[in-house]
Amino acid sequence: MGSEDVYITGTDMIKFGKFPDRSIASLGAEAALLALDDAGVTINDIEALYSGNLLMAAGMVGQQIQQEIGQTGIPVVNCSNACATGATALREGWTAIKAGIYDIVLAVGVEKLAGAGMLGGGGGSRSGISPEGLLGSGAMPCVFAEAGMAHSRKYGTTFEQFAQIAVKNHHHSTMNPKARYQIETPLEEVMNAEMISYPNTKLMCSANVDGAAAAVLMSEKKMKELGLGSQAVRIRASVLTTDPWTDRDEVMPDVNTCTRNAAAQAYEMAGVGPEDLDLVELHDCFATAEVLHYENLGLCADGEAGKLIDEKATWHGGRIPVNLSGGLLSKGHPIGATGIANVYEIATHLRGNAGKRQAEGARIGLAHVIGLGTCCGIHILEAPSS
Amino acid sequence: MSEHPLPITPLVQIPESGDPYLQGFKCKSCGAITLKSRMACAKCGGRDTLEPFRLSTKGTLHAYSIIYRAFPGIDVPFVSAIADLEGGGTIKTNLIDVEPDPEKIQLGMDVDVVFQIAPRKDAEGNEYLAYFLKPAA
Repeated sequence: MGSEDVYITGTDMIKFGKFPDRSIASLGAEAALLALDDAGVTINDIEALYSGNLLMAAGMVGQQIQQEIGQTGIPVVNCSNACATGATALREGWTAIKAGIYDIVLAVGVEKLAGAGMLGGGGGSRSGISPEGLLGSGAMPCVFAEAGMAHSRKYGTTFEQFAQIAVKNHHHSTMNPKARYQIETPLEEVMNAEMISYPNTKLMCSANVDGAAAAVLMSEKKMKELGLGSQAVRIRASVLTTDPWTDRDEVMPDVNTCTRNAAAQAYEMAGVGPEDLDLVELHDCFATAEVLHYENLGLCADGEAGKLIDEKATWHGGRIPVNLSGGLLSKGHPIGATGIANVYEIATHLRGNAGKRQAEGARIGLAHVIGLGTCCGIHILEAPSS
Repeated sequence: MSEHPLPITPLVQIPESGDPYLQGFKCKSCGAITLKSRMACAKCGGRDTLEPFRLSTKGTLHAYSIIYRAFPGIDVPFVSAIADLEGGGTIKTNLIDVEPDPEKIQLGMDVDVVFQIAPRKDAEGNEYLAYFLKPAA
C-alpha cells in the first residue's frame, strides 16, 4: 500500500427530500458542485470521477452528472454495491490515489428513492408461486426485525430499547437542517406508530428519500500544494468487506460478521480503537440494526448494547454519540448517497462546522454502512491538524 | 397441469411413497450444511464435496418478526420465523398455529416442521407443497 495519506478536502450534501421534478443527474451534480466549491477546485482539476447509484446502475449516472458539470473526458467508474454503494465509490477513489494513479478525484453518490415503498422480497419466483408471505418474508423490515430478535434471544433486548434508537435519531435530526425530517418523536409515539414488522414500527424504519452527497479526495502532496491543511480531513482507514460463510446466512443475511471484520481491519489500519472515537455514523436502516452495530463496532462489550441505550451514551453529549445527523431513520436513506453523506457528516464535525449538533472537540470519527447481499464499508476519519 | 402438488422450492422432496421432507446438502470436507446445491462449498471452497442431506423436522426458534405491512395480495399479520434444525441447517418460513403476539411466541422454543398445500396456485392452476413451522407438539 502506498505510504501517502489521502484527504477529504471538500465535501457536501444536498438537503435530502422529495424532488419529483428533478433528474437524478441534477441532484448528483448539485452535490458535486458544492463539494468542488468546498475544496476550492473545479471539474477541470478532477482526474477521475467515482459515481455511486443503485437503482439506475445501468444508466451511466456518472456520465450524466459530467454532462451537467463539465465533460472533461476523465475516467468515470459507476459503482453499485447495495446500501454500501456510496462508500464503495468513495473507496474506489481512495484506492486510486493510494495507488499513486491520481492526486485529485471526485466521489458522488446519488439516489432517487422517494416513494419507493418496501424493498426486497417483492419479486416473484421465476417459476411456480412467490414464496413471499408463505416461507416468511424477505422484505427489508422483516429481515432487520429478525436480526434484532436474534439479539433479543441472546441478550433480552426489548421493544422499548429498540424504539429508543428512533427517539434518539429523530431528536438528533432536529439539529440538522439537511435532514429529510426534523421532528421530535417521543417514545410513546415511536412505539404506537404503525407496526410494520415487529419490533420495527414505521418510525423505526429508514426514510426513502431522494438525495446526493459528494467528496473531493486528494493526495497529501496535492492537499499541501493547494494549502488546504486547515480543512483537510485525513482518511485513517478505508475498508470494504463481504460476508464470509456463516451457518444461518442463507435465510438470515449476516450483517454482523462483515461489520466485525471490517471494524477490526479499520481499527488496525487507523491505529486506533473504538475508545478513541468521538462520534459514529452507522447504518441504522432500521432501529434494530443500530443496536447490533454498537457491539459489532466495539462501542460496547457484547451484550451491553441495551445498557448503552438505557444510559443514553449514544445521544448528543453522551460518551459516544451515534448518528448525530439523524441517521437513515430521520435524515433519510437515498441508497447510493448514504455512504458519502455519512462521511460528510463525520467530516463536518471534525472540521467543527456541525452547528447545534456538533460533537464537542471531535478528533476521530467512524462512518459505517451495510449493503445487503452482503458487504460492509467503514471509513475512519481524523480532524485537520491545523 | 400436474396431478400432484409440486415442491414450492427445490428444498422440498416429495417421494413416491412416504412423507415429504426437506433436503439440503452437507459438505463431506468441512461439514457445512447448506440449503442449496452449489458449484463448490460456500464455507471451504471444496469441489464436489456437497452431498444430499435430509434435514430434521425438529428445531428451535432462533428469531421471528410479525409482519403487518406486506406487499399487495399477502394476508397480514403473519409470523416470519427462523429455526435452527436438530443436526444442522437453518430454515425460514411462516410460523403457524400461533397467535401473532410477542407474548405468545417464545424465542428458543421447540418447533416442528410441517408440510401443507400452499394457499396459492400458479397461473396454470398447479398446487404447491410448502413447509411451515409450528410450536412443537
